[in-house]
Amino acid sequence: MANEVVDLGRRRFLTTTTSVVGGVGVVAAVVPFIKSWEPSARAKAAGAPVTQSLKKIESGQQLIVAWRSLPVFIVNRTPSQLDALPKQDSRLVDPGSNGASADQQPKYAQNQTRSIKPEWLVMVGICTHLGCVPNYVGEMKPEPFDPNWQGGYYCPCHHSRYDMAGRVYQGVPAPKNMVIPPYHFVDDTTVQIGVDPQGAA
Amino acid sequence: MANVFSNIGEWVTDRAPGLMPVYRKHMTEYYAPKNFNIWYYFGSLALLVLVNQIVTGIFLTMNYDPSASGAFDSVQYIMRDVEWGWLIRYMHTTGASLFFVVIYLHMFRGIIYGSYQKPRELVWLLGMLIFLVLMAEAFMGYVLPWGNMSFWGAKVIVSLFGTIPVIGKDLVEWIMGDFLPADATLNRFFALHVIALPLVLLLLVVLHLAALHEVGSNNPDGVDVKHGPKGNRWDPTKPADGIPFHPYYTVKDLVGVGLFLAIAAFIIFFQPTFGGWFLEHDNSIPANNLVTPAQIKPVWYFTAFYAIVRMIPSALGTAVWGVLGMFGAIVLLFLMPWIDAGKVRSIRYRGTGFKVALTLFVLAFFGLMLIGTDSTAELIPMFFGANVDVTAIENLFGRVMVLIYFGFFVFLWLYTHLGWEKTKPVPERVTTHD
Ligand code: HEM
Ligand code: FES
Repeated sequence: MANEVVDLGRRRFLTTTTSVVGGVGVVAAVVPFIKSWEPSARAKAAGAPVTQSLKKIESGQQLIVAWRSLPVFIVNRTPSQLDALPKQDSRLVDPGSNGASADQQPKYAQNQTRSIKPEWLVMVGICTHLGCVPNYVGEMKPEPFDPNWQGGYYCPCHHSRYDMAGRVYQGVPAPKNMVIPPYHFVDDTTVQIGVDPQGAA
Repeated sequence: MANVFSNIGEWVTDRAPGLMPVYRKHMTEYYAPKNFNIWYYFGSLALLVLVNQIVTGIFLTMNYDPSASGAFDSVQYIMRDVEWGWLIRYMHTTGASLFFVVIYLHMFRGIIYGSYQKPRELVWLLGMLIFLVLMAEAFMGYVLPWGNMSFWGAKVIVSLFGTIPVIGKDLVEWIMGDFLPADATLNRFFALHVIALPLVLLLLVVLHLAALHEVGSNNPDGVDVKHGPKGNRWDPTKPADGIPFHPYYTVKDLVGVGLFLAIAAFIIFFQPTFGGWFLEHDNSIPANNLVTPAQIKPVWYFTAFYAIVRMIPSALGTAVWGVLGMFGAIVLLFLMPWIDAGKVRSIRYRGTGFKVALTLFVLAFFGLMLIGTDSTAELIPMFFGANVDVTAIENLFGRVMVLIYFGFFVFLWLYTHLGWEKTKPVPERVTTHD
């Protein structure tokens, strides 16, 4: 046009401000699309506590119940399975569940058996590696994956191994002990998963 | 009649005068080295499979139901009730496996002939991006039938992102749209599998070929025909060792297409599941969020990378190391043009060290596949007796394979950057010129 001198500073200013405002607009417009991927209100609604009778679970048996769509293992551990627990300590990543696995159980289950009552194991059956459901291999007999197997869990996905308290062995991909959910005993033969015992935080 | 066609041709050329020159540039006047061998079939075969996946995929979409409650049954419906549905599905599933056969061979060609080296780095990088997108595409397709392998495959793969410190857990929920793989997950994977990723893939393939045509193809001798003598039968200014892509290589590629289709048809009609290797038995059981299949492993083309995850133990309270190992194995392939500073391209003229290292690398890749396909779990008791600690032996073997896999890249860097490589003299022209 008639202007012979190009005002470079003014041009740069306008280019920059236009780019910045445009950029902010693009970022703002992307947010709803990213947000749309988050769990919807419907997905968040699920999750009531589950009550389960223990009467029919015999010694050495495991029952799987669904809680928040997750498998919860309820195991009636035998005395020999319980005896084997302390002997595993040297082969475990975090035998006392007070290191990397400190947050994997409520305080009232942070003990040798990782439970309220020694024989009853109540545990979320999800491998801490990449989330598969480990197989219950309760018998104490040589297994292809361990000639000294003392009972426990074997994950089919990447072959992580846990003992009868869900404590992870060394040298496997899973980093932590399996999660103990909040639970309490309603009476001697009934357990409720999803609610802490009274008085426990 | 002929008149009508030439009139239409003229009419179009008048209005789009740029079309014919583009056709000539990429087909009849694209001079490719005359010494292409069997390794050069796989690019055009990859294109063929891509077209097959898109066409069969579109027809599958017409009967598939992308919901957690309907997906499994709709696949059974396609197999049993839709006229020829079984053929369309088997073409798609067989195509997926053959895609990886073809791509792995195509990539291996790039390595033996140094096709990633200057000036073709961009061709290689775009190729690697294609490989990455293809893996995502294959994984999401695998989830769609919503069988029990689909479900747990989805859970494990998405959980890989959960190993990222701090943001991992939220990221996993964001990807799945739920706390488990669920309806939301299946819906979005469907959207990505049928439209988003195929569009990206097509775009990348166009760029891949555009980048290739800028610099021209490499060849089994690894010599630059563009820098060689000029003048051939068609054009005195073009490379003496080049021949027009069309009709010479289009016709050659058609021979490859014929062979390939014969093999593909044999599989589709006689061995559609390929003994559980192309389609896994456990995926004909509907998804069950409480039970992981006892024998779970990915489809064969992912098993080498899967084995790396399995071989690397947790440390410092995190499982991230195995995941880093797996992604690292792919990242290193991206970096090949810079890791390898070799002075010659083709394996024909490279030093012995390169040949030995590459052989070991290939063996390590197959060794990892043996682990990932659970073959070692069967072989070890056969060789060492039934009472051995199978896992201990498998871990030892696998960890050595992982070391060799990564060692290849370290060695190649040292070998070429420190000038240890003793190459053979490279001929002036391709060896088969007349
Ligand atoms: C959908 C997938 C792909 C398609 C359709 C495709 C297509 C092609 C075609 C048609 C060619 C020319 C013919 C040939 O050299 O065989 C080519 C060349 C090439 N591709 Fe691919 N490609 C794909 C994936 C890849 C991948 C994953 C890589 C490796 C990372 C790759 C690396 C290369 C290289 C380095 C060349 C040049 C080879 C040479 O000149 O020696 N491509 N591709
Ligand atoms: S998910 Fe259990 S070992 Fe990987």
